[in-house]
Amino acid sequence: MTERREVWITGVGLVTCLGDGLDAAWRHLERGDPPPYDDKSFAPYIVHPLAPIEFDKQIPKKSDQRQMELWQRVGVYAAGLALGDAGIAGKPDLLDRTDMIVAAEGGERDVAADTAILSGVRTAAKPGAFLNERLMSDLRPTLFLAQLPNLLAGNISIVHGVVGSSRTFLGEEAAGVDAVRVARARIAAGQSELTLVGGALHATRWDALLVFEESGALLQGSFAPVWDRGPQGGIALGTMGAFLMLESREHAQARGARARGRILSVCSDRNRRQAGDIEATLRRQWEAIAPQIDRAHAAVISGAAGLEPATSAERVALNDIGLPVRAPGTYIGHGLEAQFMSNLGIACAVLEHGKLSAPTGAGDVGTSPSDLSQVVVTSVGNWRGEGLALVERVG
Amino acid sequence: MAGATRDKLGRPIVAVTGIGVVTSLGVGKSDNWAKLTGGVSGIRCISRFPTDGLKTTIAGAVDEVYRDAMSPAELSERIALIAGEEAIAEAGIGAKGRFPGPLFLAPPPLEIEWADRIRMAEMAAANAGTGYPELMRVAREFAAIHGTFKFGIVGEHLAEHFGTEGSPISLNTACASGASAIQLGIEAIRRGDCEAALAIGADASLTPESLVRFSLLSALSTQNDPPERASKPFSKNRDGFVLAEGAAALVLENLDHARARGAHVLGILEGYGEKSDSFHRTRSSPDGKPIIASMRNALADAGVAPEDVDYINAHGTSTPENDKMEHLGVSAVFGERIRGIPISSNKSMIGHTLTAAGAVEAAFTLLTLQHQRIPPTINHAVPDPAIPLDVVPNVARDATVRRAMSNSFGFGGQNVCLVMAREPT
Repeated sequence: MTERREVWITGVGLVTCLGDGLDAAWRHLERGDPPPYDDKSFAPYIVHPLAPIEFDKQIPKKSDQRQMELWQRVGVYAAGLALGDAGIAGKPDLLDRTDMIVAAEGGERDVAADTAILSGVRTAAKPGAFLNERLMSDLRPTLFLAQLPNLLAGNISIVHGVVGSSRTFLGEEAAGVDAVRVARARIAAGQSELTLVGGALHATRWDALLVFEESGALLQGSFAPVWDRGPQGGIALGTMGAFLMLESREHAQARGARARGRILSVCSDRNRRQAGDIEATLRRQWEAIAPQIDRAHAAVISGAAGLEPATSAERVALNDIGLPVRAPGTYIGHGLEAQFMSNLGIACAVLEHGKLSAPTGAGDVGTSPSDLSQVVVTSVGNWRGEGLALVERVG
Repeated sequence: MAGATRDKLGRPIVAVTGIGVVTSLGVGKSDNWAKLTGGVSGIRCISRFPTDGLKTTIAGAVDEVYRDAMSPAELSERIALIAGEEAIAEAGIGAKGRFPGPLFLAPPPLEIEWADRIRMAEMAAANAGTGYPELMRVAREFAAIHGTFKFGIVGEHLAEHFGTEGSPISLNTACASGASAIQLGIEAIRRGDCEAALAIGADASLTPESLVRFSLLSALSTQNDPPERASKPFSKNRDGFVLAEGAAALVLENLDHARARGAHVLGILEGYGEKSDSFHRTRSSPDGKPIIASMRNALADAGVAPEDVDYINAHGTSTPENDKMEHLGVSAVFGERIRGIPISSNKSMIGHTLTAAGAVEAAFTLLTLQHQRIPPTINHAVPDPAIPLDVVPNVARDATVRRAMSNSFGFGGQNVCLVMAREPT
């Protein structure tokens, strides 16, 4: 491996159900206020709707906002926060060289149009012709652009002027971990100086829920922390946007940028999800980073989502690791591609404050080390996507 | 690695040791190459679903592989698998089910399809007001029969089949996706992360809705009759692209690694360039600067000058906008010399294979280098006086091609260019 350079996080942008910005999320977690969730609108399913956001603050043109669906507005907003936090927003010379890796799935649909077509198609004399006709008349041209996975990145280019390069990774939690892994590897090897990496999810929509109800993955009934959802547990999707500015140490120091943390390592891998696979993968990844761990000052921010057997398997692995654990998923819900970046963002807040927030649920174990300086961020996806990152305070 | 072969910028050299292709022209690269250089079109009337009420009724479908009721995910996976097997067999690398490197895949953006939504609605047996809550009620029962939908499923199945290493990466950069997959492979080998990588672009998303979506953006040709004449890149009467399916797989390998195991080197991926465009969601910046920058970045990354390029494999979609902008771009990068550089569009014959296009056309560019023969731009009956390029009109041409560039441009301001060459002696 060509690992020449340190990779810093110089900016974080996070919007969740906890509010606008990383600080809002941290304050909520620190206070231990109840998690905001909605168990009515999509009953019996539980979701975490986005907190009120003034999109105008990051997306000034209404014409731009109209060209996007919510997942894109949330992502573009969070990207703007990260660029601002890093001191890059509005600086064309830097934006011109800023690369981008977004993890997303797009696919946001017009539920009303779908419903109208479904209602008519089965009784139509010629179902194929009916479908064609209604699609031609009911689909909005702009909706297609809101469905394309790479149009979150495209809108970030348009709204914020990030034009170095742009790539979009697909495929749920694994896409989020791999986006960070590849972004970090490129910077470490000198293939990039500055990379904006992130993702976004619009959770409060039936078409998103349908995908996960197929595998029975959704939390139903009454809310519980991710660790306490039992064998019938599931994920409560959460609307969120999370972006990180990754930068080479040299580049950051030359422009006097602040380091929110340095990413020492990111691992991802796939397994077949046979019994014991999740634990084995996490153990292998942990062993790879363990020599760098300062146990007295380290903790875990877990990506646990409350889905079985993934969450119990992660719990077993975390017991072996033995560090204090917090799982923000209880509060912000599960953001699929965006979850890993959200948790890396929260890890930066943990490093900044030097402590963990209060525990919630049986798997949030251990007390916060004093002067916490290292955070291990985990990912165990809903069907794939085991990953691990190690982030450390700089200085 | 002491004594390792490096490029001009001191990096490992990335060779291609295996190629596989599936398009509407056929299965396998020899069939494809024969038809491509024979000026044959793969564009036909759509037979997969009724086209009543659609403005465009033609496509470049992979009918040879399609079987009844295959979903875009299943068909994309199938053609990716066929292309991947051909490439790996040619490279003779690894063992069966054990490819010694990562997978970079450009699949179409997948979602639950109408066929499934309608099946679910039938299962729910609700007559009026069939909506998502009703679909939710039967989703698990439906999945038990038809399987669950996952966004990363094609990559997962391919990783399992080929036994690639690590987490498979699926990516999308719209119509540049196939080129981006190759680019990620080049980067991984240059970093020393791996000695080999499997890059695949595969798109089989011909459905009523995909056709309608592009139709509503006025992106498709509506000159349905005869189908094989519809795609006419760089012609004055061009009126849009023809939606098509296809797949290509490339085995990328560190040149030293390839030579050490005695592999036949098919070509070298010398460099890539990318540059995003912030002008508009579907249109290029009118000054062409991002397109120009992506080509210049590719030349710089390859460590070569515009004079070193003998052939350009155009993005050449046959839309009024793309072909005009591509002409503007190549004219700026290559100057007066562009009048003497052959530039042809495979899409005149195979249509626009969307997320696969960058990979399919990189494969054809490598075959051009290998065979020293340039595939034509067919249907070039009415030249556009505003585009005075040598588009290799209608008939293939033998030529000395030492180095070639392949362009890929996509919605969302995506621009990727690849520079390829013959094996250094």
